[in-house]
Amino acid sequence: MDLKLKIWRQKNAKDKGRFETYEVKSISPDSSFLEMLDILNDQLILEGKEPVAFDHDCREGICGMCSLYINGRAHGPDSEITTCQLHMRKFKDGDTITIEPWRSAAFPVIKDLVVDRYAFDKILQAGGFVSVNTGGVPDGNAIPIAKPKADESMDAAACIGCGACVATCKNGSAMLFVAARVSSLALLPQGKIEGARRAKAMVAKMDELGFGGCTNTQACEMECPKLVSIAHIARLNREFLVAKLRD
Amino acid sequence: MSDSKLISKIPEGPLAEKWTKHKADIRVVSPANKRKLEIIVVGTGLGGASAAASLGELGYNVKIFCISDSPRRAHSIAAQGGINAAKNYQNDNDSIWRLFYDTIKGGDYRAREGNVYRLAEVSNLIIDQCVAQGVPFARNYGGLLDNRSFGGAQVSRTFYARGQTGQQLLLGAYAALNRQVAAGSVKSYPRHEMLDVVLIDGKAKGIIARDLTTGKIERFGAHAVVIASGGYGNVFFLSTNAMNSNGSAAWQCYKKGAYFGNPCFAQIHPTCIPVHGDQQSKLTLMSESLRNDGRIWVPKKMEDVEKLRKKQIKASQIPEEDRDYYLERRYPAFGNLVPRDVASRAAKERCDAGYGVNETGLAVFLDFKTAIERLGKDVIKARYGNLFQMYEKIVDVNPYEEPMMIYPAIHYTMGGIWVDYNLMTTIPGLYAIGEANFSDHGGNRLGASALMQGLADGYFVLPYTIGDYLSHDIQTPKTDINNPAFEESEKAIKDKINKIFNIKGKNPVDHIHKALGHIMWEYVGMARNEPGLKKAIEEIRALKKEFWANVYVPGENNELNHELEKAVRLADFLEIGELMAIDALNRKESCGGHFREEMQTPDGETLRDDEHFMYVSAWEYKGEDQEPVLHKEDLVFEFVHPSTRNYKD
Repeated sequence: MDLKLKIWRQKNAKDKGRFETYEVKSISPDSSFLEMLDILNDQLILEGKEPVAFDHDCREGICGMCSLYINGRAHGPDSEITTCQLHMRKFKDGDTITIEPWRSAAFPVIKDLVVDRYAFDKILQAGGFVSVNTGGVPDGNAIPIAKPKADESMDAAACIGCGACVATCKNGSAMLFVAARVSSLALLPQGKIEGARRAKAMVAKMDELGFGGCTNTQACEMECPKLVSIAHIARLNREFLVAKLRD
Repeated sequence: MSDSKLISKIPEGPLAEKWTKHKADIRVVSPANKRKLEIIVVGTGLGGASAAASLGELGYNVKIFCISDSPRRAHSIAAQGGINAAKNYQNDNDSIWRLFYDTIKGGDYRAREGNVYRLAEVSNLIIDQCVAQGVPFARNYGGLLDNRSFGGAQVSRTFYARGQTGQQLLLGAYAALNRQVAAGSVKSYPRHEMLDVVLIDGKAKGIIARDLTTGKIERFGAHAVVIASGGYGNVFFLSTNAMNSNGSAAWQCYKKGAYFGNPCFAQIHPTCIPVHGDQQSKLTLMSESLRNDGRIWVPKKMEDVEKLRKKQIKASQIPEEDRDYYLERRYPAFGNLVPRDVASRAAKERCDAGYGVNETGLAVFLDFKTAIERLGKDVIKARYGNLFQMYEKIVDVNPYEEPMMIYPAIHYTMGGIWVDYNLMTTIPGLYAIGEANFSDHGGNRLGASALMQGLADGYFVLPYTIGDYLSHDIQTPKTDINNPAFEESEKAIKDKINKIFNIKGKNPVDHIHKALGHIMWEYVGMARNEPGLKKAIEEIRALKKEFWANVYVPGENNELNHELEKAVRLADFLEIGELMAIDALNRKESCGGHFREEMQTPDGETLRDDEHFMYVSAWEYKGEDQEPVLHKEDLVFEFVHPSTRNYKD
């Protein structure tokens, strides 16, 4: 496949940035999207030019590092995948592909397609944990948990923290990300104990860091590579309300 | 040759009492003194995150460093299948002893009894800890924890969270870490890469790190340094490791005097998606858990193989009687659940004999037909849904209808920095945990044991043993980063980076890395022999010269520069690869994942030489272009009798 690539180039956070156009040829439809970018970068390096910086690591769809906005969609034109799981067979020979970084006030661009998502760490530091120390905990089977609850908790815990939900949301809201953690823990007896406090602290931190508000457009759920459901946002709202009522 | 530095410090006494006795014998640090002590943890996977969180909870001042944008990205996240523990929840006669025995046998008797027993002993605590953190392990309808089976065991002792166990365990440890960051006991340095360990008076007292966003070289002091930076599997270029996984942090320790243990012990995982072409950057693992229900086979008839390669028939059309379920045929007792090294070699044997089923001839089938008939599609989907989805996205074949195609790939390194029972390296104050050390898996690691070891070291071993060392440092002031040792180290790093930049050659980093990968896979891969290993050493040395003469790194030093990061790591991979080959050449026996073709049984199994090689190879760095020196730690088996591993009956 021969392709034209329109890629966002930005030297650093201060640079204004612009699109540049490149061409790649003879790409195998079995190559992954990131392998295609590897090929482009190899070409650029051999031409003495600077390669395109993009985040990636596991290339198995689980680390959450890759974060490309491709043809107007977070993680590109396929569902239930991260960018690294996107394959070139989803494109046609001769296509022009537009590649941008996540766009969000809370995720400043570091370089080219790489953004800073430390805000997500900060939200989790505000309360995304169960307050237990190492050691001195009960036997694993001393806390029975109904299978449907455990399964639903796992559904939410599948969040990889990639930020596609924020990049997709017109308000730049991190509600789905926050909800995934709050809901996953609230569904379990271990996490339920400090559920209200957690919800309040994480939502407050999210607001403080410049993420937008949720207006229920459901776009986040559509683009979530792990299909985290907006039903978890409803559970977050319940936990949050309980916390507010107690205030 | 015995060596005064190689004292394993395994406590005397009965196996089951060693750890308890040791804990009672070692010193502790009071809470008031812990507040005065600083610890650096490099790496934030299961080992690093669990250690840093636990040390922070204890009251130490901890600094953590990771090369990713968040600790949660560490490659432990990609572990799929599960974590072992000797809970015996299934009433199938499991026990600490059985987990210990399976692990030491699985490692082909090249690990220490004392370490492995302790690992099995603390395994149960890990499960309790993770449950308390809110890790959503799989449960049965009664609400209790579920288990599945993994290779090398005849009991069901593997705890799991769908096909994302590593992710869930890491999110648990990362959450505990976040709690400590919020509490102020842990300071997080994401997008920072350790480039050197700094020694003062022979003790580890800090590190030099590069801020990957700004290129700034920074100094960090501490009373002790913990390396938890994972393995060096990416020396092979193509592996199941994450793209950024590297051996550099561990390698700097080696170059500063820490001995490197069993570098040639690398694990080749049998169930990976086969290579599709020469433009590939990464291999994808399919979880070992799939071998619970998947059956591995190739056709019996060469004509079927040829038709498959020409795509004239589909695998599902080949009748049952024309299929060779070669693992079930060769290893009736364990069948498809033989350990990884055995399964990998058996796949290679069939493919070498010409029965490989894809265009390249380097693939075998992993088939769920029998399981789907027996259990129904829904059960299989519930067990492996996300793995099947992952496979289909990559290969574009529906594994519910056609068998998966798999082939072995580099996955894990059992070798690593040599450590004693306290997990301390030969440099005082320098510790290595998780995959970064060599200690618990011998010549082959069993499935679901990497997560177990990472968390055992981080939650339950290091937080005890490091206190013993630090108890002597309660009067020691904070490390002064203006000490000449820091200056010298910083200068050496800056010089190295400038040197790499200024070569301005013609060869991109990845080209040299791919060439290294080819040499490694060809000569230091699944089958090794003396002429091949000698050739590998020669070729790697030539490639190293090529790197230092002709590598090209574009861009600038004072900004995010992935090519520079890769080049600095590759400089180390070239040296690691050479040491792996040197170690493999020295070890004239076959054991675990190390298969020397000269040493095999008539039916192609590994042939150990206990008389000459019942030892850990611990290599000492002697300087640039000098031959490393081999030290031997003899392995003593008091409680199990090393026998030929038998998975047949």
